[in-house]
Amino acid sequence: MIDLRNVSKTFTLHNQGSAVIEVIRNASLHVAAGECVALTGASGAGKSTLMRMIYGNYLTQAGEIRIGGVDLVQAEPRDVIRLRREVLGYVSQFLRVVPRVPTLDVVAEPLRAVGVSADAAQARAKTLLTQLNIPERLWSLSPTTFSGGEQQRVNIARGFAHSYPAMLLDEPTASLDAANREVVLSLIEEAKARGAAIIGIFHDEAARARVCDREINVSRFTPGLAA
Amino acid sequence: MTPLLSVQGITKKYGAHIGCADVSFDLYPGEVMGIVGESGSGKSTLLGCMAGHLTPDAGKVVFDTRTDGPRDTLTMSEPERRMLGRTDWAFVHQHARDGLRMGVSAGGNVGERLMAVGERHYGDIRDKAIDWLGRVEIDADRVDDRPTTFSGGMQQRLQIARNLVTGPRLVFMDEPTGGLDVSVQARLLDLLRGLVRDMGLSAVIVTHDLAVVRLLADRLMVMKSGRVVEAGLTDQVLDDPQHAYSQLLVSSVLQV
Amino acid sequence: MTDQAYNFAYLDEQTKRMIRRAILKGLAIPGYQVPFASREMPMPYGWGTGGVQVSAAVLTPDDRFKVIDQGADDTTNAVSIRSFFQRTAGVATTTATREATVIQTRHRIPEEPLTEGQILVYQVPIPEPLRFLEPRESETRKMHSLEEYGLMHVKLYEDISRHGHIATSYAYPVKVEGRYVMDPSPIPKFDNPKLGDMAAIQLFGAGREQRIYALPPYTRVISLDFEDHPFEPSKADHPCGMCAATDSYLDELIVDDAGGRMFVCSDTDYCEARQAAGHIGKDNGGKGAA
Repeated sequence: MIDLRNVSKTFTLHNQGSAVIEVIRNASLHVAAGECVALTGASGAGKSTLMRMIYGNYLTQAGEIRIGGVDLVQAEPRDVIRLRREVLGYVSQFLRVVPRVPTLDVVAEPLRAVGVSADAAQARAKTLLTQLNIPERLWSLSPTTFSGGEQQRVNIARGFAHSYPAMLLDEPTASLDAANREVVLSLIEEAKARGAAIIGIFHDEAARARVCDREINVSRFTPGLAA
Repeated sequence: MTPLLSVQGITKKYGAHIGCADVSFDLYPGEVMGIVGESGSGKSTLLGCMAGHLTPDAGKVVFDTRTDGPRDTLTMSEPERRMLGRTDWAFVHQHARDGLRMGVSAGGNVGERLMAVGERHYGDIRDKAIDWLGRVEIDADRVDDRPTTFSGGMQQRLQIARNLVTGPRLVFMDEPTGGLDVSVQARLLDLLRGLVRDMGLSAVIVTHDLAVVRLLADRLMVMKSGRVVEAGLTDQVLDDPQHAYSQLLVSSVLQV
Repeated sequence: MTDQAYNFAYLDEQTKRMIRRAILKGLAIPGYQVPFASREMPMPYGWGTGGVQVSAAVLTPDDRFKVIDQGADDTTNAVSIRSFFQRTAGVATTTATREATVIQTRHRIPEEPLTEGQILVYQVPIPEPLRFLEPRESETRKMHSLEEYGLMHVKLYEDISRHGHIATSYAYPVKVEGRYVMDPSPIPKFDNPKLGDMAAIQLFGAGREQRIYALPPYTRVISLDFEDHPFEPSKADHPCGMCAATDSYLDELIVDDAGGRMFVCSDTDYCEARQAAGHIGKDNGGKGAA
């Protein structure tokens, strides 16, 4: 489902003496449907960078990133947009939304974008928000005013609203209490069960051990760190 | 899939000075394209050329018309182009007073495009105007008030209602949130986002506000000195800019 | 007696030819505003300089000339223009509508239907019907050439939204032969139905604005309106106090300090002819007199 072949990435800092920083070299990995793979490695090893490359958020200079048949490295922007709408979900560490939009709509939006009716999308959003213990009195408010933990849960609800065949999870259990952590882990398990291919970054070792089938240490793709 | 708008090699010079040079891109139905750059980068010139307000020295602006398929709007007859401007195209000006008739009531402003395409039933026109005022969050009881009595944010929302009432497929926006308070900007952005999704609109938004394009635009073009220096997915261009100028632009924004 | 110092009808022949060309073009394109090189006339702008130039261009020595101002033959303006052509062209004049061959008018169409062979010349202050909503001449010209007349209905829409009905009561815009939207000069909308299908030639002259336009005989002229607010010609709902006419456009006169008022025909010739024929209104010693 998710297939990386010889992927490389450099940053060129034009405004800082055109410094060229090579961050990923010749990364290859494969994640099958129903499989969850953890990216590991020391801080700064490039876990988030690789994740962002797989999402198309960072530009990849070389190699192939195939997701559901589309090569993200070569794809036109509109193909990437469609891929993100239909196939590839991403739960980032930070919620980024238009101020003023009610939480319920924030969570329902990915479903609306794939053509689900407003009622059905809201019903699914309510289920998720309830599961993640966001009090109903907050649903009509914009999450921009919420606490960090609440925002993170809204972000997870939004990320799991649509049943993406491929998902990227960046620290999904960080800053969650035990109960909510349990909810998130079961959401991940459900996604695996329906056949989603998942790549995640988990500092939470117990969580990683529970939901991940394999670990890939990105240090081996990191120039200068690799043995 | 046919692009809704295909811009090919647009070049506009002001004497020896380059307004914009050799700009090309395709816009597909439902896509929102942001164009950013500093003042004088040529983004407004480009928008003017695309919307038919300026005549470029070279290039094509091919629009997928409802009846005849893709046609170069620059070689269309003027009546055809102006008809497009009243039906399938909309233009939202930075300053609402450039896009509104300040001496005409809110209802008359919204109704003008309907009357321009031949609607002749006062009651229907008024009902549609009131419906659209509601969609842009203006109270129905303001329908007979002139825009001069409206706040800046309301004027801008009225301008949007006036433009969208005929169900256009392509909207050109020139700094739509410029000059508005930050809180008013947020409301307007939210509104635009909802309308873009619900109506399946395609849009080209020119702005120097990177926050606006991050929230509204799927794709982004960065212009400098009349040329496109970088183009791509909005979040990719903003988070991993490749060109020296884009990097400077992104790093110049104050973080809050 | 003609003042010999002046050319026939005051204007020189070159100018009259130029104006006639504009008139012919106007007749060929009904409702289209033809620019012309308006001359300085020995009267101020706003006093009918456009109408006077058109009259000068169409008058021949055999014509019989009539001038009305708001329907009246005896106002200062009407008398002055009539005597102007009496002196400069030596033409016969009349106040009788049916005897006149050329009638110059300000703000009215005579009540008596005009006939073939007659010419009605209107004095026009602002020929551009779109002007109040679109100040740019370049833009209004383009709107005419492309038939973009939505704005005209915006004006009527504003009327209804403000007054509950179309309150425009004079200079009511019309569409000519399904093509050009035209300002009929500030005639009351009561007169609008007479514009269409008229047997006489109608010529419109705007001196300050330098425009001439025309309606040839039997032209289709439609007053703009909405489906649910149709055009209605209107007048004061009274009979004429002098001649008891119920079908004519009336002026309201305040007759004393106590607020007493009477309604009389604005068309003086029509009213006098009816009185001469024995029709007497209530303010003239007739039936129902106080």
